[in-house]
Amino acid sequence: MNTDAINQSLIASLPEIFLLVAACLLLLVDLLLKGRRVDLIAGLSILIVLAVATITWVLEVHADYDSPVYNNMFVADPYSVFFKMIFYIATVLTILLSNNYLKLEAEAHGEYFVMLLFALCGMMIMASAIDLISIYVGMELLALSMYVLTGFLKQNERSNESALKYLILSATATCLMLYGVSLFYGLCGTTQLNGLTDALTSAELTTDPAIILATLFLLAGFAFKIAAAPFHMWAPDVYEGAPTPITAFMSVGSKAAGFAVLLRVFVQALAPLADIWLLSFGIIALATMAVGSLVALVQNNIKRLLAYSSIAHAGFALLGLVAGGERGVTSVMLYLLIYTFMNLGIFAVVVTMKREQYANELISDYSGLSKQQPVLALLMLLFLFSLAGIPPTAGFIAKLYIIIALIEAGYILLAVAAVLFSAIAAFFYLRIVMLMYMREPIRDSSLNQPFVLRLSLAITGIATLGIGLLPAWFLALASAAVLSTFPTFLS
Amino acid sequence: MTLPTSLPILSMIVFLPLSGAIALLFIRNANQIKWLSLLICALDLLLTILLIHNFNPNSYDMQFRETHQWIPSLNIRYSLGVDGISILFVLLTALAGWVSVLASWRAIDYRLKEFMIAILVIQTTMLGVFCALDFVLFFLFWEAMLIPMYLIIGVWGGERRIYAAFKFFLYTLVGSLLLMVGIVVLYFAGGKTFDILALMEKHYSFQTQLWVFLAFFIGFAIKVPMFPFHTWLPDAHVQAPTAGSILLAGVLLKMGAYGFLRFSLPMLPQASQYFAQMMLLLSVIAIIYGGYLALAQDDLKKLVAYSSISHMGVVTMGLFVFNVRGLEGGILQMFNHGITTSALFLFVGLIVERTHTRSINHYGGLMKLIPVYTTFFALFTLASLALPGTNAFIGELLVLAGAFVDYKAYAALAVIGAMLSAAYLLSMFKRVALGAVTNINLSHIEDVNARELVAIVSLAIFVIWVGLYPLPFLNLMHVSVEHLLQQAEGVQGGLQGIVPP
Repeated sequence: MNTDAINQSLIASLPEIFLLVAACLLLLVDLLLKGRRVDLIAGLSILIVLAVATITWVLEVHADYDSPVYNNMFVADPYSVFFKMIFYIATVLTILLSNNYLKLEAEAHGEYFVMLLFALCGMMIMASAIDLISIYVGMELLALSMYVLTGFLKQNERSNESALKYLILSATATCLMLYGVSLFYGLCGTTQLNGLTDALTSAELTTDPAIILATLFLLAGFAFKIAAAPFHMWAPDVYEGAPTPITAFMSVGSKAAGFAVLLRVFVQALAPLADIWLLSFGIIALATMAVGSLVALVQNNIKRLLAYSSIAHAGFALLGLVAGGERGVTSVMLYLLIYTFMNLGIFAVVVTMKREQYANELISDYSGLSKQQPVLALLMLLFLFSLAGIPPTAGFIAKLYIIIALIEAGYILLAVAAVLFSAIAAFFYLRIVMLMYMREPIRDSSLNQPFVLRLSLAITGIATLGIGLLPAWFLALASAAVLSTFPTFLS
Repeated sequence: MTLPTSLPILSMIVFLPLSGAIALLFIRNANQIKWLSLLICALDLLLTILLIHNFNPNSYDMQFRETHQWIPSLNIRYSLGVDGISILFVLLTALAGWVSVLASWRAIDYRLKEFMIAILVIQTTMLGVFCALDFVLFFLFWEAMLIPMYLIIGVWGGERRIYAAFKFFLYTLVGSLLLMVGIVVLYFAGGKTFDILALMEKHYSFQTQLWVFLAFFIGFAIKVPMFPFHTWLPDAHVQAPTAGSILLAGVLLKMGAYGFLRFSLPMLPQASQYFAQMMLLLSVIAIIYGGYLALAQDDLKKLVAYSSISHMGVVTMGLFVFNVRGLEGGILQMFNHGITTSALFLFVGLIVERTHTRSINHYGGLMKLIPVYTTFFALFTLASLALPGTNAFIGELLVLAGAFVDYKAYAALAVIGAMLSAAYLLSMFKRVALGAVTNINLSHIEDVNARELVAIVSLAIFVIWVGLYPLPFLNLMHVSVEHLLQQAEGVQGGLQGIVPP
């Protein structure tokens, strides 16, 4: 590498580098403060994320840096920038949710926020990685941070259990994925995504049984990350046990990162193998929606319910991948952006409901909420109907766009199945609305609503309604990002 | 008074209730809430009358159009407009809103503010459905209506309100999601546009038409509701508060029939003719089956609900006989049904509010106790069974006359339905209003007060007006209906080779 290339690489990855350095410094600051000023650490970490977002944006505007760097392992293209923006939003909102929650759990430590920043860095690398090895590095950075964060409530058995479960299962899935990577390397002689495409199109590899095996291994590893059936088993337990803000973070951040990789690897790099993975993804998407919507019907814990709901949503988003093409990829990206807001919104309500002595996590705890907390209940209503995909909320636009992509690609029956599953899913969202509005409250409501929680509720609420009414700009953003990154779609 | 052309009158009509709902958020006093809601509905009604006054009935073009870009990359626009058909339903909706606020004055004794907000929001969505000229905009209003209606039934309904609310929501949701798939299929088949007028101009392959028709059919038939998708209706009607029933019967059911009228017939003409037999058969089944079920009811609300199913059968029958008479009759009957059934639900609501029972057997001899109430009740009962001189007579006559042209058997069967409706309505009236006062609890019952009279009279005007002089209403829609029929039959020549009936 000459100096020019090194400079180019450093500048393209400046957001990640800045984030890592700042996070490490933050750790030192926390050490110097002897863990006394956790609020300060939280505030600083928000500032860091905002700074990183600014850097990303400035680099994006001066668009000279979106060619591959680090010997074709990393790229800061508009596609990755779109995902990074989702990650920044998710992280900032998670930090806002966390501060008060940690105090209530008496686990307010500065490391928490630092780990969150490391997780963010992992996700950013995943979005920018264009080599199976760098993808792996990003995934592991994310996963290792998430193990710690999941088990962060040291005194809580469920939290510990879920961290251990997550560690073991996730490690297994990573092994599968690595096995797939090694097979690909053996067959194609490269781990670079571009190289894989070239090797697969030129050589007579597409019918090789080993290639099928490699594809399926890779698919299984990624499906685990986005909690798609049949690799979803970990999600409900982990979501239920983890601290609520972390559950929120996992359900939007990690999931979006998983999709970022999935789209790049399958729709772009492994496009020549579409015959192998397209059907698998179709089946997985249907199975995921089925499991998510049906099992959610019988849940009584709101976090568990939201875990299944997020499984169902992953299934729906996968349909966009099945549809493929420019519109398919765009629809997934728009879906993830909207899902980030509405799901973080609903988790913001769940966190707001939390009390010192009592988790307030049962669905029945929401009985009569509209009488005690009309504004909170109205916001919850908005998020629930958005998750159910009822207009004029953003969730409707997200679903509509996936359906449009599916029908454009000719999968009409899949679209019919998808809407029927989403009708089933509407039932359990409606159940919560019913409890809030049509039942009497069962206990008094003196909720502590600090400013940060109100702020995050306001942001997510406005976004959920706003994107629903004026989606054009967000759609254009996603579409432009796809077109500049997946040049094959242009033809 | 003429309107300046630059005035976005339709947007004003559609969004006035919504802005009223937002204003209500900041008011605490119960009386102010009621009066403001009433004022909003009255203003909306006035604007609608102004709209009709400025409407040119000699053109089938969409009038008062407003078009703005909304989602350019998908070619989705914010586009409103009315023709001679939809303008009637704008009037009906505005009227139903006015009546339902009046009907809720005393009936809603808790969470009044939320209730009025829900009524006003639903008003906006229903008006939007009838004015939208973009499919996505249409669907947005169509679907958004579910949220306030779910709450109206579920929060302020009767004892089994939660079951009814869920049933209503999920039934309608399944239908409308399939409708959405159909809309998107049409979007691609019609050259990537959601513009309703542009989609009407296109021709689609017979195969496409069939599938889209079926998807639309499920969506609209659930809303109408047509047999066999009617089972949500009795539950929803019986459990809903009076205002909810008025809106359901008065406007919501019309949305389904309007869907057939606005989309299925002109966009999918071949499929519509292909399925016409099926539609007529289902309509006749609904007419007779609904009538029989109504005959067996002891619950006043259930009786009116089943009669609704029967009468909506007449409407769908008129839509699918493919001639001007049938269509005009069907559309007029939609309007009439909206007036008379809203009125019947209002009357049931008024009496139940006073006596807290819906069972017909608990009544008797109301004529002696509350004469004004009973007189008007008689008027609407007779209107509902299509007595000559009332509005429904004109509508039913036109439908039957239209049906006799090509489908004599169905028309004959529909006459049985008309007889049935005379049977159950008259027997209901007899048991409720005539005879001796058997129930001692009724003796201190009050007659209608001024507010209730206003609501009743505003509906009664239309019963008599349409009944005696329907011409203005028919003139309003005539040109548009002929145009619609041209669209629906434009392919008749080419169709004969394709469809074995």
